[in-house]
Amino acid sequence: MLSVTGLTMRFGGLKAVDDLSFEAAAGEITAVIGPNGAGKTTVFNCITGFYRPTEGGIALTNDQGVRFALDRMAGHRIASRAKVARTFQNVRLFAGMTVLENLLVAQHNVLMRASGLTIFAVLGLGGFRKAERRGLDNARHWLDRIGLLDRADDMAGALPYGAQRRLEIARAMCIDPVLLCLDEPAAGLNPRETEALNALLQTIRADGCSLLLIEHDMGVVMRISDHIVVLDHGKKIADGTPAEVRADSAVIAAYLGEGDEDEDEAAA
Amino acid sequence: MKHAFRDAGLSALIALGLFAPLIGLVTEDGEHGLVLRARPIAVVVVVVLVFLGRLLLLTRAAHTALPGVSSPPSAAMRRAGRAVAPALLVLALLLPFGGSRYYVDLATLVLTYIMLGWGLNVVVGLAGLLDLGYVAFYAVGAYSYALLAVDFGLGFWTCLPLAGILAAFWGVLLGFPVLRLRGDYLAIVTLAFGEIIRIVLNNWVSLTNGPNGITGIPRPTLFGLTFSMDGGPGSFAGFFNMEPETIQRVIYLYYVILGLALLTNWFTLRLRRTPLGRAWEALREDETACRSLGINVTNTKLTAFAIGAMFGGFAGAFFATRQAFISPESFTFIESATVLAIVVLGGLGSQLGVALAAIVMVGGLELLRSFLSFLADQMGSPLFAGVANELPLYRMLVFGLALVVVMVLRPRGMVSTRTPTVTLGRA
Repeated sequence: MLSVTGLTMRFGGLKAVDDLSFEAAAGEITAVIGPNGAGKTTVFNCITGFYRPTEGGIALTNDQGVRFALDRMAGHRIASRAKVARTFQNVRLFAGMTVLENLLVAQHNVLMRASGLTIFAVLGLGGFRKAERRGLDNARHWLDRIGLLDRADDMAGALPYGAQRRLEIARAMCIDPVLLCLDEPAAGLNPRETEALNALLQTIRADGCSLLLIEHDMGVVMRISDHIVVLDHGKKIADGTPAEVRADSAVIAAYLGEGDEDEDEAAA
Repeated sequence: MKHAFRDAGLSALIALGLFAPLIGLVTEDGEHGLVLRARPIAVVVVVVLVFLGRLLLLTRAAHTALPGVSSPPSAAMRRAGRAVAPALLVLALLLPFGGSRYYVDLATLVLTYIMLGWGLNVVVGLAGLLDLGYVAFYAVGAYSYALLAVDFGLGFWTCLPLAGILAAFWGVLLGFPVLRLRGDYLAIVTLAFGEIIRIVLNNWVSLTNGPNGITGIPRPTLFGLTFSMDGGPGSFAGFFNMEPETIQRVIYLYYVILGLALLTNWFTLRLRRTPLGRAWEALREDETACRSLGINVTNTKLTAFAIGAMFGGFAGAFFATRQAFISPESFTFIESATVLAIVVLGGLGSQLGVALAAIVMVGGLELLRSFLSFLADQMGSPLFAGVANELPLYRMLVFGLALVVVMVLRPRGMVSTRTPTVTLGRA
């Protein structure tokens, strides 16, 4: 469904990503791993339109067979048309707004279409009210799934860190994406929260949304990924199932071999 | 204690440096032009006051903890807080029946600033775009009405929407070049925009009559009835068989601006609850996250500029019809600064806060002036001879001090609580 071909991203003299090609299949969880500075987040930023690639193509084909050239689309359209959602390495919630409002902002485009250039919305006319009620139901559904229903009217910035991470995922899911890109979703979570995250990601996949995942926590990567792409210094050094990647000597040298801790976690 | 004395001594030294030229020296009319006169006693009095005041503050602060984050308001406070807005509304509706022209005029001025504050609140408070050139839209509205009315003979109620649309158009025009700018850079460009509009108005003499301004701007009518002094059949007084009086027009203008301000308030409150309003607030919180959710940041920013500018334009048209005379001098940077100060002092995004801040900043300043004049009248003693008649001039000083105190005690503005646009309980 997502195919990246010959992706290169240069920042001045630095080649952050060098001729990278990989595929992410529909309905699967694809993980992108690699040591710090390998270019994982740069790849993400190219896919979600925050950077324009220096070279190469990124194409997304949805289940209706419509093809989007993500490398040439404006940033906000990648989310609104191609339906690619993302989260950020440092949680980026609307901290001064409530949890519920965060989820409604994510449904902006659907609600905006129903609001009749905002005029219906200002006057509170029927069509808009119905759309807003649907939006609220959707938000309630996601709050229930991430276990934050009782905190719906609290400020998002006041939530504990783990809950903020989950809320960011729920917010991204509210745009009804076909591909969800997660940038280190397990960073800073305790083991119990990581467990809950794994379960959440698996239910999202079961609902038919594909996932692309950057992660350092091998416990998460090895357990839930269907397919792993390994980067080092901007180049792809391995690509395959978790078992294949774990056995790959280049990967062990570049990444897993770096410290015993990583290997222990991978074995777990 | 020794530390407190040293600190107070330092404060007194700063006060001496500041007030020696400000208060200690005064120019008076002499036989051959101005004469400089020294007033050492006045300086000594002020410096001693500063010393004692600082000492008192420091010794008191040692006993009580500094006011940190303000504690959440008690239930009784919150109930009282909810009653403030309706009480103000009733007061505003009944005010003209007090019968004093001075207060009606003052309230009209205050309401103009409230409306400007509410308009700017959309841009600064909701969308988080710091706009230092808001007066430009006020000017566009005022000149739109003045020119359309004087050159084409159009009435106030026809021109009011046109003035709003034109101001909104200029808002979009300003919006385009500043789309990529944030924070300080945005503030500087908007500041420049405000100056550009004023300088163009000043120099485009063939259209705007330059610094001489536009005179004879028609007054608004009430369903076609004028407020002219002849008392003819087409006038308000003639129609209702009353003696024509200026106060009728003053009160009518008051209700016009009250209506316009309430309309602005209603519209803004409704807008906050629409997807567009929520997108504005989200933009203020995090622009990058907005983009990742598929929100068209460009359009969202432009609508904020346009709608904020539209309200500025309405207020400008009202200003022109009330004054019957406008010139570029009315649209200087100090107006932008005052309106922005109202929004920040009131609390970004809070409608009630903006109203309270406008009352304090515009009404309070005026009342302070009359109070200081009154105080000066009471000072017959020769000791105060020089000070008494210039006491009203110090109103800005007192006022600035009051603003600093408010911002120290309530750094997020007078009303800093934010009401959620939607809650699960109610939905």
